[in-house]
Amino acid sequence: MRGLAVFISDIRNCKSKEAEIKRINKELANIRSKFKGDKALDGYSKKKYVCKLLFIFLLGHDIDFGHMEAVNLLSSNKYTEKQIGYLFISVLVNSNSDLISLINNAIKNDLSSRNPTFMNLALHCIANVGSREMAEAFAAEVPRILVAGDTMDSVKQSAALCLLRLNTTSPDLVPMGEWTARVVHLLNDQHLGVVTAATSLITTLAQKSPEDFKTSVSLAVARLSRIVSSASTDLQDYTYYFVAAPWLSVKLLRLLQCYPPPEDGAIRGRLTECLETILNKAQEPPKSKKVQHSNAKNAVLFEAISLIIHHDSEPTLLVRACNQLGQFLQHRETNLRYLALESMCTLASSEFSHEAVKTHIETVINALKSERDVSVRQRAVDLLYAMCDRSNAKQIVAEMLSYLETADYSIREEIVLKVAILAEKYAVDYTWYVDTILNLIRFAGDYVSDEVWYRVIQIVINRDEVQGYAAKTVFEALQAPACHENLVKVGGYILGEFGNLIAGDSRSSPLIQFDLLHSKFHLCSVPTRALLLSAYIKFINLFPEVKGTIQEVLRSDSQLRNADVELQQRAVEYLRLSCIASTDILATVLEEMPPFPERESSILAKLKKKKGPGNLHPDLDENRKERSVNGGTVAASPTPSTDLLGLGSTIATQNSAPPVSKGTSLLVDVFSENIIPDMRCLPLAPFPSRFVCKNNGVLYENQLLQIGLKSEFRQNLGRMYVFFGNKTSTQFMNFAASVFILCIPADPTVDGGAQLQQILNIECVSDFVDAPVLNIQFRYGGTLQNIAVKLPITLNKFFQPTEMTSQDFFQRWKQLGAPQQEVQKIFKAKNSMDTEVTKAKIMGFGAALLDGVDPNPSNFVGAGVIHTKTTQVGCLLRLEPNTQAQMYRLTLRTSRDTVSQRLCDLLSEQF
Amino acid sequence: MQFMLLFSRQGKLRLQKWYVPLSDKERKKISRDLVQTILARKPKMCSFLEWRDLKIVYKRYASLYFCCAVEDQDNELITLEIIHRYVELLDKYFGSVCELDIIFNFEKAYFILDEFLLGGEAQETSKKNVLKAIEQADLLQEVRLHTDP
Repeated sequence: MRGLAVFISDIRNCKSKEAEIKRINKELANIRSKFKGDKALDGYSKKKYVCKLLFIFLLGHDIDFGHMEAVNLLSSNKYTEKQIGYLFISVLVNSNSDLISLINNAIKNDLSSRNPTFMNLALHCIANVGSREMAEAFAAEVPRILVAGDTMDSVKQSAALCLLRLNTTSPDLVPMGEWTARVVHLLNDQHLGVVTAATSLITTLAQKSPEDFKTSVSLAVARLSRIVSSASTDLQDYTYYFVAAPWLSVKLLRLLQCYPPPEDGAIRGRLTECLETILNKAQEPPKSKKVQHSNAKNAVLFEAISLIIHHDSEPTLLVRACNQLGQFLQHRETNLRYLALESMCTLASSEFSHEAVKTHIETVINALKSERDVSVRQRAVDLLYAMCDRSNAKQIVAEMLSYLETADYSIREEIVLKVAILAEKYAVDYTWYVDTILNLIRFAGDYVSDEVWYRVIQIVINRDEVQGYAAKTVFEALQAPACHENLVKVGGYILGEFGNLIAGDSRSSPLIQFDLLHSKFHLCSVPTRALLLSAYIKFINLFPEVKGTIQEVLRSDSQLRNADVELQQRAVEYLRLSCIASTDILATVLEEMPPFPERESSILAKLKKKKGPGNLHPDLDENRKERSVNGGTVAASPTPSTDLLGLGSTIATQNSAPPVSKGTSLLVDVFSENIIPDMRCLPLAPFPSRFVCKNNGVLYENQLLQIGLKSEFRQNLGRMYVFFGNKTSTQFMNFAASVFILCIPADPTVDGGAQLQQILNIECVSDFVDAPVLNIQFRYGGTLQNIAVKLPITLNKFFQPTEMTSQDFFQRWKQLGAPQQEVQKIFKAKNSMDTEVTKAKIMGFGAALLDGVDPNPSNFVGAGVIHTKTTQVGCLLRLEPNTQAQMYRLTLRTSRDTVSQRLCDLLSEQF
Repeated sequence: MQFMLLFSRQGKLRLQKWYVPLSDKERKKISRDLVQTILARKPKMCSFLEWRDLKIVYKRYASLYFCCAVEDQDNELITLEIIHRYVELLDKYFGSVCELDIIFNFEKAYFILDEFLLGGEAQETSKKNVLKAIEQADLLQEVRLHTDP
């Protein structure tokens, strides 16, 4: 095509973008006129012009014509014309084109032509376009071609990958079934090219329906074993730089990662042999100095290590893998160092190899300091994070902190999040935690997100022992002439709450504290100033002696008439509050913040979010979680059959939030909700925590009334008998009990000494946190009595115990390995650490207690399934007592993050 | 594999193959961003990088960068050798290939790629077999395949 070559050189000779566009427009006009002209174009010209259009498109210009001519080329009887037609279609035709039926027709003809070259062109086109329309047209035909006995090998290869593509784009349209077994048997094909293509297809299908392709495991192992043990010349052209079929080996190892270790001992043994051989080969001297040789060899090695990690069942292989990676950590090839760091990250999470990984800590720290490539340093940070545990947390956090000062801007925020998480997770001593976070703000204040400083405040508020230290430390940190605004925020909040703890020292007297904070005021942004104003009003409560000074500040024009409405409003309101409210009222309104509920750190969610769109909608996820905090899931309705007391008729079942206690709203206003987003709503009367592991007992008692409970739960349903006993000798009048806003009509009177029974039917619709509230009202004598008590309906009531073997347990444990699925808590024992009591509690909690699963006999391991109306959530738990330290470590893994969190919270309260 | 890009040291795209459905606009943005990112890297740096939620594997041959985007669980080293095998195929077909061969015979570069990779997966890894398929097709160049009516 000379015309095309001339055109391409013209474009290359263009001196400027404008000249190029001009030349292209000229060409487009020319082609358009040729296509529109009266004279019918011959195939060669058509091919040439279509090819030019394609070239123009690939240069990045829009093409809005020529599609029809390209489609015409498809039915040309000249091979090259057909080929260009297909290329144009693959690159340029999008799925909703109206030409699709014409294209499909041409493809259909070529597929039935029995000419392998044509069939391949057509299959390539389907695979390249992969649209739904094509899937509809050919999803039945392609598998037929793939498994037909007389199909040529090259066509089989194309058909296998074409089917793979259709399966990824429109899985619903690709029928499974009759051809599955024959596809699996392609693993036995004589032609290694066919096996290579088929392995990709089978891997994709096996990921979606592992059961249907289970038989592929033994065939894959057999195939792999033959390749691994073959001499390098056996496989002829499939040997790549002295490595036997590296692509196929990698694919087979990938396929095996869709399955647990083979159950059949012989197959398992053969696979272990293969893996050992691959590990051995890594120690042999290279057969070639070419980088292609070592790359291909190591590609297989890394994939084998991935499989070993996936199986996570052979301690010797895991440790060997770890040692091999350890060698690579110091390899002169940057690529290998990168991959070793990456691969070790996953190895660190296996309990068999965690310790082995930890031995490389110095090398990894060194990599962090000396690697010249930021992507390698990033891997080192990831690995340090993964290998961190209580034993090395201080060292790792210190190294990360010092790296932070020089770290690349692109990864600073992530390092900040990681340091914040590690410091919290492994803090034995919370002064260390406070120091670490303040250092984070000092070294990388700009990269400290809100979540991080919210969290430090939550933790300080919840832990009495660290409050004085925190106040002292922030006070000192604020002395620096230039400190980051985030430090001002933390400082303002903490001094506002706990400034009194250091006010005894004349160097940090109330006035000095106030002056220090206020010296930063004018340099701060509006939200920080708003926070400082709130700290000031808290000061007025803490230190009456500075009231005058602060009122002075609030009264100044720059506050009272501030252009920002939020600041102005705060100044006006706080000033008024300080003038008119009595000391008692001030003390109530400005009381110290109540502790925050123990919850998963939102920093973790932030880190997951940063880790990329792989985690699709973390925001949504967060919202869902927030909602579930307030969303109850219990529905109540009286059963007609057991309705002995004639308790009303049907009540609609529904989910609804318990009314948020109004008691906290004042505090919320004072510290506006955008400062700490989640304020706790104070429970009215929490149920005794023993109810978490028990179903019967006295729920509530005062001088007048005793409420007893009897309940039973099966799967996602439960029934609760509530007994109201009148302890007095006088009749209760207008008696009413309600759950949420639902009124349960009860007998309006309860005689003295008598008992009234109500039955609640409970259904768990989805997992939940808050227990429903039972409100009771009655008139006793002349006064109206009001009692609200939480019903002990907790998520674990819907547990069904599951017995399983040790192997199953660890299999599932690994499957639930995503970071959000695991929740861990370390806490001090509140009761004596008695083994039998603990066992009883775990069983009472609802899980099956599994004996002989944990290698350490003093640990407790349990399993069960939480039943809700819509789903069942498998739950695994592990409780590790440390009698010396009087501490427990509790780990929950379930398929749903909110469930893990809730169960962990509930159970940890029991010991 | 999600896509493969070939571009020059000046950042000019020489070949682009997309194995996932993306709009034209997204493709342009991805190529622009990625070309910039890779050209900014120093020669001795490692051949892999995390980019959005993908792993990028790239290698420079003379004036051309070959760059593949693979998914998280894919094997980086074998991808590097996919690039190399493709370079070998081009080299064998054109006879010590240079950037100009790919510019002037871009359609051939696409045909060879299609014989080697399909739907982002290796279809035929034997150099001999791929070249045989291409040669057979070339033999058909101007031969009439069906008899005229």
